[in-house]
Amino acid sequence: MPRKTMIEAIRDAMDIMMERDDNVVVFGEDVGFFGGVFRCTQGLQAKYGKTRCFDAPISEAGIVGAAIGMAAYGLKPCIEIQFADYVYPAYDQIVSEAARLRYRSNGDFTCPIVVRMPVGGGIFGGQTHSQSPEALFTHVSGLKVVVPSNPHDAKGLLISAIEDPDPVIFLEPKRLYNGPFDGHYDRPVTPWSKHDLGEVPDGHYTVPLGKAIKRREGSKLTILAYGTMVYVAEAAAEEHGIDAEIIDLRTLLPLDLETIIESVSKTGRCVVVHEATLTSGFGAELAALVQEHCFYKLEAPVARVTGWDTPYPHAQEWDYFPGPLRLGRALVETLEG
Amino acid sequence: MSDDGEFGPLSLHVPEPAVRPGGAPDFSNVELDEAGAIRRPEVDANPEDIRDLAFSIIRVLNRDGEAVGPWAGLLTDDQLIEGLRHMMTLRTFDARMQIAQRQGKTSFYMQHLGEEAVSCAFRKALAPGDMNFPTYRQAGLLIADDYPMVEMMCQIYSNERDPLKGRQLPIMYSSKEHGFFSISGNLATQYIQAVGWAMASAIKHDTKIAAGWIGDGSTAESDFHASLVFASTYKAPIVLNIVNNQWAISTFQGIARGGSGTFAARGLGFGIPALRVDGNDYLAVFAVAKWAIERARRNLGPTLIEYVTYRAGAHSTSDDPSAYRPKTESDAWPLGDPVIRLKNHLIGRSVWSDDRHKQTEAEILDTVVAAQKEAESFGTLHAGGKPSARDMFEGVYEEMPPHLRRQRQQAGV
Repeated sequence: MPRKTMIEAIRDAMDIMMERDDNVVVFGEDVGFFGGVFRCTQGLQAKYGKTRCFDAPISEAGIVGAAIGMAAYGLKPCIEIQFADYVYPAYDQIVSEAARLRYRSNGDFTCPIVVRMPVGGGIFGGQTHSQSPEALFTHVSGLKVVVPSNPHDAKGLLISAIEDPDPVIFLEPKRLYNGPFDGHYDRPVTPWSKHDLGEVPDGHYTVPLGKAIKRREGSKLTILAYGTMVYVAEAAAEEHGIDAEIIDLRTLLPLDLETIIESVSKTGRCVVVHEATLTSGFGAELAALVQEHCFYKLEAPVARVTGWDTPYPHAQEWDYFPGPLRLGRALVETLEG
Repeated sequence: MSDDGEFGPLSLHVPEPAVRPGGAPDFSNVELDEAGAIRRPEVDANPEDIRDLAFSIIRVLNRDGEAVGPWAGLLTDDQLIEGLRHMMTLRTFDARMQIAQRQGKTSFYMQHLGEEAVSCAFRKALAPGDMNFPTYRQAGLLIADDYPMVEMMCQIYSNERDPLKGRQLPIMYSSKEHGFFSISGNLATQYIQAVGWAMASAIKHDTKIAAGWIGDGSTAESDFHASLVFASTYKAPIVLNIVNNQWAISTFQGIARGGSGTFAARGLGFGIPALRVDGNDYLAVFAVAKWAIERARRNLGPTLIEYVTYRAGAHSTSDDPSAYRPKTESDAWPLGDPVIRLKNHLIGRSVWSDDRHKQTEAEILDTVVAAQKEAESFGTLHAGGKPSARDMFEGVYEEMPPHLRRQRQQAGV
């Protein structure tokens, strides 16, 4: 099976959907002729013409607002925000408009848009190219929030997102674009061509929204992770010799609660990990759900390992990033607790 | 604080309206052009050649109620009578719903008093399939398209027949069928959506055009500027309407306008043709709207229109204008009342009379009261039939996800 980077997989998903459905349009900053700063849309303008894939002004509110209008017309825009850190000018359009259009109009108008954006750190992007704002979107009723962790899932999830009748926030961990990353920043980079999850089937396939997947079987402890943290979790479990079960959530909203409950009920211990800041982060929701549904099975408090409650720093990137050492300590404490 | 420096200390400029409560109304700053004085350029005129139209006011009806000049002559007497009926219907509808709110039958209402010509005339210049992205003060788009008043009232009452199932504030209607996009309630957000809709129509080689709506105050929002950038960059088939009714709740239009002469002039920096029109002149509104709509339809791109009008009533049922402007200010408004002006024009043409006007007023009142009775038979906000609590959980997504199903069960509905 061909191996692809996550960038190629994402591009492949858009290519397939543009081919199958001429209502799919793609636009954003630098997205047209150049193909995006991470090259996710490279070649799409040449193939589908500049009214299907085009450059947008530097106006995130404009990009999302225009996409909402296009969706109301009947198109299926799949738009790019260059970095998630830039999405805030569009927040009103996403929260007050895209997310509520179906509800407030009682289905008279709907908003099938996909808003793609790179998230997370690990590339020395500092505070304006490293954020993980997923919790700002999971708190909004009417949205779906997806975070793929590998090329195979990225393609299948993006196709599902484009086919979905409701607005989907599609968060792409940029440190995973070219290979898995376990937080060992001082070791050589592994490319997707050397990883099984870099195997991306040709043609159309979907990975359903709202379904988590078990990345590692284990009996002693459950790690709830998504995006880059899936690999950090794998490394931490390996390195500390911990029989951990790792759940890759893949979709945060709607959440696959069943898979979580099943795993934590079995292991009796749970560690939640994400790169975003701690306070009111998505981990808080996960921890609350685990105690609500698994309280009598728990043998230790639910632990959270996250980025610190600071802006994402530049020089101190690896002090901020919740790597395998920090996670490993939490795993050991939770096992002993 | 630093020393005074070479030029002395700085001071902050905060604009003030010409007059506040207690003072005599003063509209000496509103520079009016004579009716018929402003030229009508060809629809495909070069935007650079018509920049002056952003600083004048296109008017058709003169002081004597005659239709004069190059923008006149587009509507038949029957069409004008129909337009008058639409404006009168909207005014009566407003009056009844305003009272219904005071009677506690709904939580909130917003009337159009003084601004009826803008939305009623604009609707008649559109074709079926075109899409408006309205604000909360363009219900004339529905009235003039014969949208059932009972449906509007059921929405206002949030009753069991509310087409929006009680989920949205009163008057935030939605009707795709009538080219009326769901009103958000947030300001300016829908202007850029209108541009996106228009872009989609062009992408699909359709023939439909869009109309965006915004108030003078909301042009200060960044969405407004994004809209003008997108509309001009992609030459979207859209009419960008600014309804300048002088007041944004209690804030006079000078706070949003800043130092530029007019709101229409905002379009010039984007190369968008910009026209200012007497918003209380049904004939002028229709003529300018038709010009801009044809421009969009001929793929010549966007047009910005500023309707100069006056909000004669309160912003909504939640404010009292006498707290921020002179009580008699609306009487002093130099562009008069749109209903009276069209009525006088028709009387001048001997196709209307005071008696016929009174008779029509009575007929319209009967129709509105009958619609109100019917709507109230389906409930009002606090009495009678209402949407079920179960409806609250429906329609958040096309398919209800598990967490909402659990919550609906918890709610026991």
